[in-house]
Amino acid sequence: MIRLAHVDKSYPNGALALKDVSFRIGNGEFVFLTGHSGAGKSTIMKLLFAEQRPTHGEVRVSGYDVTTLRPVEIPKLRRRLGVVFQDFRLLEDRTAAENIAFALEVTGARGDTIAARVMRVLTQVGLSAKAPAYPRELSGGEQQRVAIARALVNDPAILVADEPTGNLDERATRGVFQLLRDINAGGTVIVMATHDLDLVRQANYRTIEMREGSVVYDSAADDLDEAEVSR
Amino acid sequence: MRLLTREALLSFRRAPLLSTLSITTIAFSLFTLGLFGLVAINLREALRGLEERVEIVAFVLRGTPAETITLATQDIAAFPEVQDVVYVTEEQALARARRELVEFRDAYRDLQVNPLPASMEVRLRNGYRDAAHVERVAQRLRGFGFVNDVRFGREWVQKLDYLRNITGIVGFVIGLAFAAVAVVIIGVTIRLTLLQRAREISIMRLVGATNWFIRGPFLLEGALKGLLGGLLSLVLCYAGYLLFRDRSGGTFAGLIFFQPVQMVGIVLFGVLLGLCGSLVSVGRHLRHA
Ligand SMILES: Nc1ncnc2c1ncn2[C@@H]1O[C@H](COP(=O)(O)OP(=O)(O)OP(=O)(O)O)[C@@H](O)[C@H]1O
Ligand SMILES: [Mg+2]
Repeated sequence: MIRLAHVDKSYPNGALALKDVSFRIGNGEFVFLTGHSGAGKSTIMKLLFAEQRPTHGEVRVSGYDVTTLRPVEIPKLRRRLGVVFQDFRLLEDRTAAENIAFALEVTGARGDTIAARVMRVLTQVGLSAKAPAYPRELSGGEQQRVAIARALVNDPAILVADEPTGNLDERATRGVFQLLRDINAGGTVIVMATHDLDLVRQANYRTIEMREGSVVYDSAADDLDEAEVSR
Repeated sequence: MRLLTREALLSFRRAPLLSTLSITTIAFSLFTLGLFGLVAINLREALRGLEERVEIVAFVLRGTPAETITLATQDIAAFPEVQDVVYVTEEQALARARRELVEFRDAYRDLQVNPLPASMEVRLRNGYRDAAHVERVAQRLRGFGFVNDVRFGREWVQKLDYLRNITGIVGFVIGLAFAAVAVVIIGVTIRLTLLQRAREISIMRLVGATNWFIRGPFLLEGALKGLLGGLLSLVLCYAGYLLFRDRSGGTFAGLIFFQPVQMVGIVLFGVLLGLCGSLVSVGRHLRHA
């Protein structure tokens, strides 16, 4: 599903954000990406949905080679991924349902199927009653659920979540996390960057820890052949 | 497509002032172009009328036998450039002078001897009425031994030709300058809309919208403004045309307006300007986003 091999990433201003990062994520996995602020978590996320390209090394996501991906292919990759952020990124002048429908319209989905698909994902995240509500009328946790619903509406194989609970209180955090677990139980790969070590401890998922741009710990390496990871 | 139109129309509501500004700039640039265009086509029309009268006059030596002239006339009429040849005898020339030159009527009446020579008036075919052909035919006429002198009004044809070219060039340059300003202003408007909607665009990209899908509404917006600007410029041109034609006390009563094809061309040029402006700024935005 996802493969990073000897990835370096430096930003145009010279900042070296990633150094020789390698790991693989297989079908059905739920992976935590942890580490201090500035460790390079978001940078890895950006490589996964092709907002950034690696400076060196190889990034493969769902059959696409991000390193050499042509600009016209980026939208294709993104339609197979769901992306969720700490700040929800909803459009304020559209209702919950319209925000989700937007993601379908943008991909040229057939108009008569949109409403049904929107309702299906809204029900999945437990917000079918909030379809006509605007983001300002929703709590943070509800807004994040709408964002997750939008990420799910194209039936992605992979869901990338960059600190999805970073702006939420404890109760909302638990709710959103449970939702992500349910989605993962349905077979969707989930890569979640987080600061919340309680959350990491609470669930027994694979954890990749970053420090200053390098992977310093990968719980899967315990049971995996080291050679395979670094290959 | 409906989505496209909706998004494009929305931008008018979001920034009515800027939208109006870009439409008027396009309209004014095309108006300038249009006015010069009108002057040019009317000048050309006037020239066509004048060209009809392009003729070469070959004065015949006194005492040339009638048969020689008849033969020569047939000869000249067979030139490929020549439309017709009219022989004007000395008496006819005098009669015409008395009729047309009213101021000198007395002078002509008291003459003992007719001072006017006979002549052959040669008119050229359409398409041969330019200076080069006129010159060539005149040269051949001079070759006839009985021809005394050859005259033709070359200078004023060339002057009008020159005037037409100058108007065309000046109009083109000024119009082009205005068009450049229009492209820039449209570019700036679209750029402002883009900045206003940067968040929306980044989300569109995130959920997998293609660049063309994102560009679509902006290009449509630009094209729409170009279309409206083009139409407005036609209205302005027509108003200017009517004003000039009807308030000039009949001097310009025969003025013509653009042909439908030319009007369509002007409007399409407006659309092109609008598209250029938006394409430039959208392209830049998407590359840097
Ligand atoms: N667009 C950018 N331009 C330049 N440098 C950047 C950019 N984005 C990130 N960086 C730098 O890259 C390094 C890694 O940043 P990154 O955002 O990946 O960290 P992070 O682990 O997500 O941190 P946080 O937990 O605070 O979100 C940092 O040193 C940061 O300053
Ligand atoms: Mg981050």
